[in-house]
Amino acid sequence: MPGSDLAPPSGPTDSPRQDGPREGPHEGPVARWFNRRGWSDLITGIPFFWLFFFFLIPFVIVVAMSFATRSPTSPPFSFGLDGGLLDFRSYARLFSDQLYIRALGISLWMAALSTVLCLLIGYPMALALTRLSPSVRTIMLMLVILPFWTSFLLRVYAWMGLMGTNSWFNRGLTALYNMVVPADWALRSIQMMNTNFAVVVVMVYSYLPFMVLPLYANLERLDMTLNEAAEDLGSRPWQVFRDVTLPLSIPGIIAGGLLVFIPVSGELVVPGLVGNPSNPMIGRVISDEFASARDWPMAATVAVALLVLLVGPMMAYSHFENRAQTRREEAP
Amino acid sequence: MVEPGAERVGTVAPFIRIEGVGKRFGSFRAVENVNLTIDRGEIFSLLGGSGCGKTTLLRMLAGFEMPTEGRIFIDGQDMAGIPAYERPVNMMFQSYALFPHMSVAKNVGYGLKHEPMTGPQRADRVREMLDLVQLGPYAERRPHQISGGQRQRVALARALARAPKLLLLDEPLAALDKKLREHTQFELMNIQEKTGVTFVVVTHDQEEAMILSSRVAVMDKGRIRQVGSPTEVYEYPASRFVADFIGQATFFDGVVRSVEGPVAGVEVGALGLEVQARAVPGLVAGQAVTMALRPEKIEIMRERPEGPNVVAGAVEDLGYFGNHSIYKVRLPGGEILSVLSANARRVGESGRVAVWEDSVWMRFDPAAVILLTE
Amino acid sequence: MNRRPTFLLSCLMFGIAFLYVPILSMIVFSFNNARLATVWGGFSTKWYGKLFQNDQVLEAAFLSLRVALVSATVATILGTCAGIALARLRRFRGRTLLSGMVTAPLIMPDVITGISLLIFFILLGSWIGWPAERGFTTVALAHITISVTYVTTIIQSRLSQSDLSVEEAAMDLGSRPWQVLRDITLPIISPAILSGWLLAFTISLDEVVVTSFVTGPGTTTLPILIWSKVKLGVTPDINALATIIVAVVTVGVLIGWAILTRSDRRRRRDMRLAEQSNA
Repeated sequence: MPGSDLAPPSGPTDSPRQDGPREGPHEGPVARWFNRRGWSDLITGIPFFWLFFFFLIPFVIVVAMSFATRSPTSPPFSFGLDGGLLDFRSYARLFSDQLYIRALGISLWMAALSTVLCLLIGYPMALALTRLSPSVRTIMLMLVILPFWTSFLLRVYAWMGLMGTNSWFNRGLTALYNMVVPADWALRSIQMMNTNFAVVVVMVYSYLPFMVLPLYANLERLDMTLNEAAEDLGSRPWQVFRDVTLPLSIPGIIAGGLLVFIPVSGELVVPGLVGNPSNPMIGRVISDEFASARDWPMAATVAVALLVLLVGPMMAYSHFENRAQTRREEAP
Repeated sequence: MVEPGAERVGTVAPFIRIEGVGKRFGSFRAVENVNLTIDRGEIFSLLGGSGCGKTTLLRMLAGFEMPTEGRIFIDGQDMAGIPAYERPVNMMFQSYALFPHMSVAKNVGYGLKHEPMTGPQRADRVREMLDLVQLGPYAERRPHQISGGQRQRVALARALARAPKLLLLDEPLAALDKKLREHTQFELMNIQEKTGVTFVVVTHDQEEAMILSSRVAVMDKGRIRQVGSPTEVYEYPASRFVADFIGQATFFDGVVRSVEGPVAGVEVGALGLEVQARAVPGLVAGQAVTMALRPEKIEIMRERPEGPNVVAGAVEDLGYFGNHSIYKVRLPGGEILSVLSANARRVGESGRVAVWEDSVWMRFDPAAVILLTE
Repeated sequence: MNRRPTFLLSCLMFGIAFLYVPILSMIVFSFNNARLATVWGGFSTKWYGKLFQNDQVLEAAFLSLRVALVSATVATILGTCAGIALARLRRFRGRTLLSGMVTAPLIMPDVITGISLLIFFILLGSWIGWPAERGFTTVALAHITISVTYVTTIIQSRLSQSDLSVEEAAMDLGSRPWQVLRDITLPIISPAILSGWLLAFTISLDEVVVTSFVTGPGTTTLPILIWSKVKLGVTPDINALATIIVAVVTVGVLIGWAILTRSDRRRRRDMRLAEQSNA
């Protein structure tokens, strides 16, 4: 067996190393501290304290604020005025005043509607992207991503231009509408601005890339031979979609859905610019309570309520994700 | 269990001593109670299937994992608490782990930055290492600009540049195609001979372990099952696991009827005869044993031969492999025995001993029988 | 697949049209001669000229650039640190809290972030006298805090994709952990750091809700200015401004994309040549 009867080796002739563990050339105490733990303490400590200071503390203040009492002082709140340390009156109002429940309901409904529409428009787009040749695909992908980099505000603004009563878009839609309906239903123009319809259209428009990109990332990873196997076993294309592609893309659907649902439910810009002012969404309510009514405890309470509603689906998602993760790890 | 490798200890002070080493990840025991000594200048292989703990053991030698129990000594020095960057050990990674943003020369020279060397000395050393692996002309290329085989050699040169006392190789040939692998095996052995560095190789490929190593440790489920030279583990496996894992074998249960000097008579029901086998130490009459037969140790023929250990059977199946054929022969008792026969003549010119359904005779030498008492 | 997925392709085309028609319409009407923003009255570039004489717009744009530069840089440093810590340091005290604080802002609606930071700044100002007033500093602090999440996510996912054994190899060759970070990890993730910076930069340039809460008098960023103008309705000069912004972003993104695809293509060609030329 070659190698089994090697002659006793002569040590490396030109070893650049002395025996024993290596020591750095000149190590002062500072250098030694840094070598041991300092570098890792620095890179964890700096972001930790930043977020602790500018994210966690403000958040805790908001939660605490929801239990405070409104007062005509500056800043306009105080704690423990009427005996008890915690004041639950804001929470009582949250459930008794129709305004808040209604706003929460409208927001969640609009968010759900926008999410479903984004999915219906975005899913075929994402699927189409995976079926393109690589060179066409990069260009199309680029076209989908590009609006994501351009200003959100300006994209909303662009719709304001389209939906105004005099715009070519509105006149075109009106003409189409008048062709379809009986003559006495004819309109001079369609009222689009300042309606919930406008809010949903613009939300779908603004958040569509957030749905398409995670879906595409998910669909692209799917093994095309699975589709071929299903076809080979006699499935028609729509059956292949129903039995193979759709079930495997559920993680992408959930990720995209959350990326749309969560920001839309707290959205302030879109309803502020194209929405119906008499039907405020929850973001508007929070901002009005805070800035116009100067009722900080109430604003904080509504904010906490919204967060609780958003954390639910988020937790469900991370549970789902963790389960999928462990399943992946168990399969070697 | 008697380790054939253990007798080497004492002649030379062991270069690497692994004492009762174990490693747990949570409740999972990756490595359990490993005791091993490796001599200076050896090519030592850790051989086993995936998840047998061989890579964990290697990573403990490198210092990427710390043992949860036991100790590791390298050249007499206890490695407990010494991080990877202070160990006189270098590693060639399975993925090669070349730095993608550095040229080949910079990759090879990277480890030398931590040595007390002048710039020209460092450059000389890099050139020397590149010449050793015949990559001189590629010094300024980036890793993605060279082929897989060249990347493997860069990884080797980089790991050898600091003249480590011990070189660890994690599946060094796994990423190469078959032709290149054969060539590289011999190149690795040449380089080992030239540099004299001790190699510890992790591999799942038994052929690779056999060709490369001076000794092999066969691992299973975190434990070492046998240590020995390639010949020892192949010809004298200590357990059914090792006999089965390395090479092929057909196993039969038997009972020892007699032990007369070097020859034991073993009654094997499935063969319907008393097999004459070379006795192993401590064998007594009446003991139950397992007998293993390697396919290439059995002769197959059409005429009944003379001598002991002759069985009859019928060819159930045969596979043609070009240089040899494998016969699956059904014995009277129903068991299947694998027999390997070299195709000494061209098969098309009636070189085949037998075809399907033919009755054949088989004979094996008493010295070829592996008796397992475990 | 050899069938042309006609249905899917038309959906894609419809979707892309949906994404671009409003923007294109806005661009077209920025060259409108008429005062009414939505009725075509002939070609003109006069609104662009007016824009460049508008000091208010130029000042806001300059301020936004400064805020974005500062906040993107700080957020990139913080996010890179956090990403490395979360992806590479297995155990450290506060790991769960840090990863929670990194991901939580993702589900935090802008309104709540804005209110919580504003309350925080007001209370902090009344307790320790800093920040005395709201302006550049508070806006930058807010933008950094928002962007850190995104930078961290980019860095962390890049690191979790990269081969850990490359870093182990450097340590094996004698580098201490921080030297590995400097010599290997940072160079390898430098493209991710750059894209993290770009994302933080655009987030800052675009951010309006949180900014509207934490900004003070005299600190009007470009989005805040546009927001206040847009609330009053569609006007041709905003069309022009929007067109310029869209053009700048598009050109920037296209240049970045071209550079990336070119280096990627060159890399692939190198690899192919290497495998062909030598076994």
